[in-house]
Amino acid sequence: MSSELEELYQEVILDHSRRPRNFGELPDAAVRVHGDNPACGDEIHLAVKFREDGGLEEIKFTGHGCAISQASASMMTMKLKGKSRAEALEMARVFHDLVTGGPTEPAYLLGDLRLMRGVRKFPQRVKCATLAWHALEQALRQSAGESTITTEAP
Amino acid sequence: MNATAPAATSVDWKTIREDFPILRERVQGKPLIYFDSAATSQKPRAVIDALRHYYEHDNANVHRGLHELSSRATEAYEKSRQRVADYLGAASADEIVFTRGTTEGINLIAQAWGGKVLRAGDVILLTEMEHHSNLVPWQLIAERTGARLRFVPVREDGTLALEELPALLTSEVKLFAFTHVSNSLGTINPVAELCAKARAAGALTLVDAAQSAGHLPIDVQEMGCDFLVFSGHKMCAPTGIGALYGRAEILDSIPAWHGGGEMIVSVSLEKSTFKKAPHRFEAGTPNIAGAIGLAAAIDYIERIGRAEIFAHDAMLTAHAIDRLAEVPGMRILGPTEKRGALVGFVMEAAHPHDLTTFADQQGLALRGGHHCNQPLMRKFGLPGTTRASFYFYNTIAEIDRMIEILRDAARFFS
Repeated sequence: MSSELEELYQEVILDHSRRPRNFGELPDAAVRVHGDNPACGDEIHLAVKFREDGGLEEIKFTGHGCAISQASASMMTMKLKGKSRAEALEMARVFHDLVTGGPTEPAYLLGDLRLMRGVRKFPQRVKCATLAWHALEQALRQSAGESTITTEAP
Repeated sequence: MNATAPAATSVDWKTIREDFPILRERVQGKPLIYFDSAATSQKPRAVIDALRHYYEHDNANVHRGLHELSSRATEAYEKSRQRVADYLGAASADEIVFTRGTTEGINLIAQAWGGKVLRAGDVILLTEMEHHSNLVPWQLIAERTGARLRFVPVREDGTLALEELPALLTSEVKLFAFTHVSNSLGTINPVAELCAKARAAGALTLVDAAQSAGHLPIDVQEMGCDFLVFSGHKMCAPTGIGALYGRAEILDSIPAWHGGGEMIVSVSLEKSTFKKAPHRFEAGTPNIAGAIGLAAAIDYIERIGRAEIFAHDAMLTAHAIDRLAEVPGMRILGPTEKRGALVGFVMEAAHPHDLTTFADQQGLALRGGHHCNQPLMRKFGLPGTTRASFYFYNTIAEIDRMIEILRDAARFFS
């Protein structure tokens, strides 16, 4: 087994992909975003409920795809519950840098999500890791209603 | 199909493998196992040398210079056209148009033939197993002309539902376009039978030979097709070159497609007249080196023999299918017999992309995804598959190593 592979598929990540947390419907969601990665068929359906102050009260997802996309969504939902909008957006930015090798130092605020750092050695898998986060950013932009995003420009 | 049946040939496959310099590469520190030849094949030294020789000795533009090098380049380019014609069993080199590949060939027919012939209500018959390259060009021309698309269904076992053909091949069908070998299921379609039925119904036929041209003997006159398209890069030639075969009387009835130099007889400011086929369809400076490389690839393949290559492919594929059954949670797609040199499969424990990343780290090049077959994948309820595709330079030992890697992956991901 190569060390890159072990870094990519850490036990925590494999565990999230096998038993995704916050997986299921959210009937009273304010926003639903369908995220689609047409290059590989990954799908994430993200549902978010906001608090009165605009923070994230509840966040759930359904979908299917590779271990990286499902684990990323699962870990993201765990981390985001209860966060303010500003915090959520900042995390999205830092996570993007984490998996692409961008300038932001993997911040303490990512916690377990730092385990996804192995993705940066696999450029073809970055879209798998960021799909759920793109869906989140769209959810924060629109605040209500339903929409679809894709990792490929339409 | 079993592992022992078609193997007996006198070809020295081990020496042939040494003709491919890239197969000595190491990937992630491991010896490369290249099982993605259905995407593009590797190139033998004979083809690489032909390109180098052309650029070092004969390079010039074709059909226009009056100097020595231009004569040499023109002669080599047109000899390559004859070579392709012979390889496909075409009656004449005038029936061969050089293209960038299969996709361009299909677009040429869809736009130039379809643009002239198709009317609202006409039907193009396709199959559910077509690569996007034999689907999207027809969607575009259907949109423009008001023609409709109709599809021969694919059965659960990956073969075409031929019993539905009589109901589908109605008088509105102007053309039936189908693949010879499916790039994701491996199915070999009964081309001659499909062409005969289409002809009896008054429809033209286009055969997508992308996955077959380098693997099986092809004779367009025996097949009875009107058009056949293929890509050089899947049969040992460079990328960016391919050919369209068109039966002479039909090809010459098709209007010009791309305009430019090379394809004209005379040009005034208002109007131009065009050459006959095939030159009418080759606007601009063609891929001269590519055509020469393609002819070198054909020479190389014919020295081995297409029947021998097909037998070797079949032996490798049968062995792969036998051994894949040993991997836990394995589902193999496609028919159990009459198949090309590829196996598509899904593994319960691992998504195709996780599996291909895992394999790549062991030096094994597989393809994971929808294989440009999104409608087919949806039909089978799959997000995608993993595909191992073989060519004559692959070995039984490589397949056995793949099985070990897949077993490791099953353990790792479950």
